[in-house]
Amino acid sequence: MTEFIHPGFVLIIGALLLPFIMGPARKPFLMLVPILAFISVLNMQHGTYGVVNFMDWELTFGRVDALSQVFGYIMTLMCIIGSMYGLHVKDPKEHMAAWMYVGGSLGVIYCADYITLFIFWELMAFSSVFLVWFRKRKQSLPTGYRYLLVHTAGGLILLAGFVLRYKATGALDFNLLDVDHPTLYTYLIMVGFILNAAVPPFHAWLPDAYGEATVSGAVFMCAFTTKTAVYALARGLAGLDILIVLGVIMALYGVVYAVLENDSRRLLAYHIISQVGYMVAGVGIGTQMAINGACAHAFAHILYKGLLFMGCGSVLYMTGKSKFSELGGLYKKMPWAFVFTLIGGLSISAFPLFSGFVSKSMIVFAGAEQHLYWASFLLTLASAGTFLHTGLKVPYFIWFGKNNCSKETWEKAADPPWNMMVAMAVASFLCIFIGSYTPYLYKMLPYQNEAAEYALHVYSSYHVAESLQILLFTALGFFLLIKKLAPEPTISIDMDWFYRIGGRGFYWLARKPIQTFDTWFSEVYRNVGLRPLMTTSKFWSWFDWHGIDGFVDGIARLVRSTGTKLREVQNGKLQYNIYYATSILAVLIVAYVFG
Amino acid sequence: MIVKLIDYLRDRLKTVIRVCYVVLALLVVYDVTFVDKHSAHLAIETLPGFWAVFGFIACVLIIILSKWYGHIKWFGSNFRIMSPEDFYDD
Repeated sequence: MTEFIHPGFVLIIGALLLPFIMGPARKPFLMLVPILAFISVLNMQHGTYGVVNFMDWELTFGRVDALSQVFGYIMTLMCIIGSMYGLHVKDPKEHMAAWMYVGGSLGVIYCADYITLFIFWELMAFSSVFLVWFRKRKQSLPTGYRYLLVHTAGGLILLAGFVLRYKATGALDFNLLDVDHPTLYTYLIMVGFILNAAVPPFHAWLPDAYGEATVSGAVFMCAFTTKTAVYALARGLAGLDILIVLGVIMALYGVVYAVLENDSRRLLAYHIISQVGYMVAGVGIGTQMAINGACAHAFAHILYKGLLFMGCGSVLYMTGKSKFSELGGLYKKMPWAFVFTLIGGLSISAFPLFSGFVSKSMIVFAGAEQHLYWASFLLTLASAGTFLHTGLKVPYFIWFGKNNCSKETWEKAADPPWNMMVAMAVASFLCIFIGSYTPYLYKMLPYQNEAAEYALHVYSSYHVAESLQILLFTALGFFLLIKKLAPEPTISIDMDWFYRIGGRGFYWLARKPIQTFDTWFSEVYRNVGLRPLMTTSKFWSWFDWHGIDGFVDGIARLVRSTGTKLREVQNGKLQYNIYYATSILAVLIVAYVFG
Repeated sequence: MIVKLIDYLRDRLKTVIRVCYVVLALLVVYDVTFVDKHSAHLAIETLPGFWAVFGFIACVLIIILSKWYGHIKWFGSNFRIMSPEDFYDD
């Protein structure tokens, strides 16, 4: 076990120890734990570790190969940056939730069977929801519950999928499924995965929750859930054709909603959907080049999207505002936040020398290699939309444009505290480094021959000229049509309508018949049941009055006081109950592995 | 430092815009004259300035179609995708 220490367990144990580390030791500890997790990833050798026999099944916690390593590397690295960004947060519970959540992601990345995958899959949902709840606004609670509801449903579909597979084949191993002959369970597993990847129509949880998460919570959330799902798809369903179509739809869908969005963090959330669309399409294409592309893009995406959420998050942290219609002209007050966000914007837009340029194009290239020209063209079209919004609209309407700030917002605006600045600077450096020095990323990719082949192409004059023309002429279009893009104080109705308003309708439908039945039953009861009952009750009331009263009163008092105590446990503390339950689950896993 | 640079450029906005137009023009000239288009997958990509036109049309299409989608009244009712912020409030 010495050459394999599970980075997820490092984070989970760190999270459990965190409340006991107080005072001046807290901040060093907040940095130490993610760094230890990162080191444990660096020290790993390829192989299979942590095999545990549980009842009839063999659970594998540590499958280390090139595919899991590239995801493990970037996720622990992002955990360091995210913890740095949230270093000022005093409440240990927020850090605990974040680390548990990353621990869940890493558990999925390194596991090799569906049972282990499922446990960590659920751990992710049940710990990340606290990053929404800890925002502590009125709407945080219902948003968190919606998030949990959707993910629980997705988890159940995944569970149904792999249980059906177990029934059919007796296998629980988490490897490539037979994608050429998909059956019902293949599709159920796919739905479970793509719900976490936010593929329409299962995507509305993402902007809903990420727009509402805490400032540093959103930085974590934007990195882990969707990219863990991309890993799961790449591992289990590479080459499933329907994913190409879904990925391209995603890429465009996210762009359309980003045009309409007024809240900067929700806009970024819609662009996660768009960007993950490239990865899902890459997994669907399924060639070695495409899988390389999906991994490379996930790697680059985690950094630049984290950076963008840090930039917009620092505006929210300082001013309390995240809507374009309440911001504007802030470059004088928050110049560094502007520069860092712009670097994130140029990276996501795949500007030459920035990270997106060397990763996104690999998927488009892989599509064209397979003669899927329609997919390549539509993905290129979506990338114009990416630059339009994240590269131009976000920086323009927050730091330039019409100044919509109230006097209070304007006075509060300033560059954020040092820890946020350092985190953004590190992420910015990495975005440029990945884009400028390709071997750093390409050497980590699962298929080295394809990576080397693409490295020759990526900075060819044709590719650079193509990209620059698309981007700069998109910018021309942006400035010519800028009046059309002026922020509008609206929200965009999306698929969550079905469970927000539609849910109310369902509630009404369920309540109406039940109420009717209830009224009817009372009526019948009054006529048929009540009269004899009244007679009997007269006797009992006499008996009660004279005999049992004292005894019953005693019991009643006892019941009432227990009831009150129970209510205290339940009342509004449900979040904590779930939290404790999740923690206990984590402890059990750890105990099991090391026991 | 950054603020000074931005203010410097903003004070000379007209010049900056002119420089940008020149850069766009040079980019297309570069595309037409120097770029080796061997790695293009389709014949249409080898047209002079193809990707410039593609980028511009893509941008305009995305803005106009998305805004249309956001503002259109669905099913003849008052329901629009872009709704007031209190849409979900009771």
